[in-house]
Amino acid sequence: LSHGAGGRAMGQLIEGIFHKAFDNDWLRAGNDQSAFAVPGGRMVMTSDGYVVSPLFFPGGNIGSLAVHGTINDVAMAGAVPLYLSASFIIEEGFPLADLARIAETMGEASREAGVPIITGDTKVVERGKADGVFISTAGVGVVPPSLDLRSDAARPGDAVIVSGSIGEHGVAVMSKRENLEFDVDIVSDTAALHGLTAAMVEVGGAHLRLMRDPTRGGLAATLNEIANQSKVGFRIDEDGIPMRPEVAAACEFLGLDPLNVANEGKLVAVVEPEGADAILAAMRNHPLGRDAAIIGHAVADEHCFVQMETSFGGGRIVDWLSGEQLPRIC
Amino acid sequence: MLQRNPAPSRSMPPRRLRLRVRGVVQGVGFRPFAFGLARRYGLSGFVLNDSEGVLIEVEGGPVEDFRAALRAEAPALARIDAVEAEERPLGHDADFVIAESRGGKAATRIGADAATCPECLRELRDPESRFFGYAFVNCTHCGPRYTITRALPYDRAQTSMAGFAMCPACASDYRDPENRRFHAEPVACPACGPRLSHRIEDIAAALLDGRIVALKGIGGFHLLCDAQNADAIAKLRRRKARDEKPFAVMVGDIATARRFADPTPAEEELLLGAARPVVLVEGRGRLPAGIAAGLSRIGVMLAYAPVHHLLFDELVRRSPTTPVALVATSANPGGEPLAATNEDAERRLATIADLIVTHDRDILVRADDSVMQVVAGAPAFLRRARGFVPEPVDLGSDGPSAIALGADLKNTVCLTRGREAFVSQHVGGLDNAETLRFQRETVEHLCRILAIRPDYAACDLHPDFRSVRLAEDLGLPLVRVQHHVAHVAAVAAEDRLEGALLGLALDGHGYGADGGIWGGELLMLDGCRWRRLGHLATLPLAGGDRAAREPWRMAVGALVAAGRGDLAHEIFAGAPEAARLVAMLEGGMRIAETSSLGRLFDAAAAIAGARMVQTFEGQAAMEFEAIAHEVEADTEGYRIENCVVDFRPLLVRMAEQGLKGAAASSLFHATLIAGLAEWTLATARTERLDRVVLSGGCLANRRLAEGLRARLSAAGIETCLPQAVPAGDGGLSLGQAAFARHVIANDRTQVEEP
Ligand SMILES: [Fe+3]
Ligand SMILES: [Mg+2]
Ligand SMILES: [Zn+2]
Ligand SMILES: [Zn+2]
Repeated sequence: LSHGAGGRAMGQLIEGIFHKAFDNDWLRAGNDQSAFAVPGGRMVMTSDGYVVSPLFFPGGNIGSLAVHGTINDVAMAGAVPLYLSASFIIEEGFPLADLARIAETMGEASREAGVPIITGDTKVVERGKADGVFISTAGVGVVPPSLDLRSDAARPGDAVIVSGSIGEHGVAVMSKRENLEFDVDIVSDTAALHGLTAAMVEVGGAHLRLMRDPTRGGLAATLNEIANQSKVGFRIDEDGIPMRPEVAAACEFLGLDPLNVANEGKLVAVVEPEGADAILAAMRNHPLGRDAAIIGHAVADEHCFVQMETSFGGGRIVDWLSGEQLPRIC
Repeated sequence: MLQRNPAPSRSMPPRRLRLRVRGVVQGVGFRPFAFGLARRYGLSGFVLNDSEGVLIEVEGGPVEDFRAALRAEAPALARIDAVEAEERPLGHDADFVIAESRGGKAATRIGADAATCPECLRELRDPESRFFGYAFVNCTHCGPRYTITRALPYDRAQTSMAGFAMCPACASDYRDPENRRFHAEPVACPACGPRLSHRIEDIAAALLDGRIVALKGIGGFHLLCDAQNADAIAKLRRRKARDEKPFAVMVGDIATARRFADPTPAEEELLLGAARPVVLVEGRGRLPAGIAAGLSRIGVMLAYAPVHHLLFDELVRRSPTTPVALVATSANPGGEPLAATNEDAERRLATIADLIVTHDRDILVRADDSVMQVVAGAPAFLRRARGFVPEPVDLGSDGPSAIALGADLKNTVCLTRGREAFVSQHVGGLDNAETLRFQRETVEHLCRILAIRPDYAACDLHPDFRSVRLAEDLGLPLVRVQHHVAHVAAVAAEDRLEGALLGLALDGHGYGADGGIWGGELLMLDGCRWRRLGHLATLPLAGGDRAAREPWRMAVGALVAAGRGDLAHEIFAGAPEAARLVAMLEGGMRIAETSSLGRLFDAAAAIAGARMVQTFEGQAAMEFEAIAHEVEADTEGYRIENCVVDFRPLLVRMAEQGLKGAAASSLFHATLIAGLAEWTLATARTERLDRVVLSGGCLANRRLAEGLRARLSAAGIETCLPQAVPAGDGGLSLGQAAFARHVIANDRTQVEEP
């Protein structure tokens, strides 16, 4: 892939790749924007940037991540996602074949989710000004009329539900990046969660306080964010947190705390205790919520501590981290 | 007012002296002491407590004799920092009186808790005394202070004795300046004071029966069991869950201590001090190994509260032919702070103790037992708490008031007021909510008892330390202090060193100024200026904190880093995890590296087969130290280049020769000391510095501390070791506070405004 000279031909080539991969009526119309009918009620809009190294990892690539992540950000509001946009910053010299693979994955992911990518843009930048490909997205969706999920809505006594096993995405990416081999391959959990959230809203919308996808920073960061915004504490139970044994083993080997590891196909829901069972049952009936579990509950706590009961008794503080996991033992 | 007629002096012309006494002089029986002296020398005048300490005016002939005796004969718990004298015109008072305290800005200070004094002990055992068998006997020379005091001024109403009205006998003692209970705030007797929940006989019977007893003491609850009953010890370990930490042993007196251990005179002096710390002493192997597995020294302490004495007396009565020793470990399940309230104990200790013994005097401030050892002939702290807190460190000069939040492990906080720095008791590891709350509580309590609001905060550089988050939340101008700079600054502060000095920080881990993982650092420190002159060659830290728990990881990492993955395969043959780590490291996995000496110790201990996985911090290094003896250093074992000292050759040599156990440990210690000393001396020469401060957690290793000090001193370098606070992270808050004060005074750019 080259930059500058021959720009026009190259531009068309790239456009062609995306149009073919994303193929839909809006893109076929060939406009610089796409018009769509606005359904009634409250809309949500999200925007997101994707940078990941490596671009391809077990279970997906930057493209599927961009589609799923954007859909999930919309879905966490309890909204039905409608449309996506995607823009690409491509580094000069990036193999066209890789670009095509990413585009195809995105197209597939978007078709599977039923959320079309209706507009976008591409730019090629000089070598060294990007790292392969960066993707920037937007997503819009519509919220059911009765629903108003807020990050400050958690109350003492509320149940905390996680939709499935944690840590897979982060460990998959890291293993690929560092060329690590484990006995069992660990595959990213990247997935679009709007089907699952729709099922939850249907049975328990009235009892749903809020939902979050524990991406960067993992479950630990998400719970701490909610705790601080809602001014509550959380008590969670280590043994109750779903985790695949191979992820647990890999984390142990690498010295990672799985609670700080990113997920791309999981959600955390805080629900009123009365609705917890119904919502949990609905989640377990959905393929992406089969391993859902109540992992703890919110408590009154002026310090907003997130505490975990460990398997050998005693409560440990679960922290969010400023960046990578740094050693603390002196 | 209390008065007595002094005998007129005939020999010398009368003079009047005003004496300002500073130091630990309140709540220790100083006023009755001055009163007695004045009477002895026939002087008139007065004594009173005020906000600066004790103020005395004496008039008569032998005022100089009085002044000399004031220092020479001061009460046991008093510590006189200064006596300033001023000549005054004669006042012609009729008598010497103890005058009302002058309030002003709150009486100065609360004393540390002190062990039962000989006189109270005598009364405790005297059937004729009203204190006979009374578990709460105390006087101005002994008893609880810091742990029962809510706020200043230090008087009974501010202590947990407030609810106990004195009986006439106690009230009369309290008011009588000739009684040693004159103004003893916690004074009490069986007629009016607190009571124990159980009979001593029943507690003793339970212990001799192999049961575990939770006993409420001075700063918290102890878990007790018979130290000679291996089953009871095993049971205690089981119930405390996954704990291999050494247990402290309490004995009734020094003679019994000598039966189980072999204390040196310096160690005996520490054991017998009013603070009654746990002292690490060479064991005699007469106690079950479960007390302190893998270690040659055991932690011994003497009974310090009346209830302990009563208990030991009863135990001795029941088994007169065998010496009695009890395991006495802090009752802090799961690494949380000590249980302190009765409800807390019932809730948290029910599954551990067979019998929970409480009393109705509340512990208002928790304080663990202090832990000490003798290093190079001088006392050194491993944990500073009961018996020493809140005694301040004198910084030598005035400065702004700063609160320093310490490190995340072995946390203490430090608050400065004027020229004094008050380091809190050991707070603990900030990894659970209880300890975090205890830290906040400690900050507030220190501010209250010192009657001061700090103007600045200081903390570590680590972005994810919980202590840092608390510091950021205080809303004060903040100074972030690099971990090892703080370690070095702590020693410079206690020794009031000024000007440039060399700091050798030998530590586990600290966040580096460059974002790296530091821990074996040679620094230049000069007030608020510092430079990293050199460091240990870095080793891969495979698995972050897990590498600190699993020394085999450090061993594999170090050998691979030395280009000898083959040796790692050889040593850890049969361990698939190790083979996998070798493969990953050789495959070029990006991994953080550390210059930590603590991790180098771990690597060496694992290569020597001493310990692969540790169950508590520092276990590998402690066990490794315990088996070392004196040997020649391997001068080929280290390389010094560009002020970086590299001990990988030593590790490779140990691995190649298959050195194990004591042989490996001895060679490692000897070579380490030689290498570190040579490195430090070379740097001292090029930097033209002739003073070095040794600090950091690795100095808990006595062999290392003594070896380094001996070598450096022999080369003419003034060498300072930490004494006022622990060398490890327990002393960090002092260094943070001291360094921050230099920054505030000299370099505002490093102060972050809130
Ligand atoms: Fe340290
Ligand atoms: Mg987002
Ligand atoms: Zn006494
Ligand atoms: Zn009484």
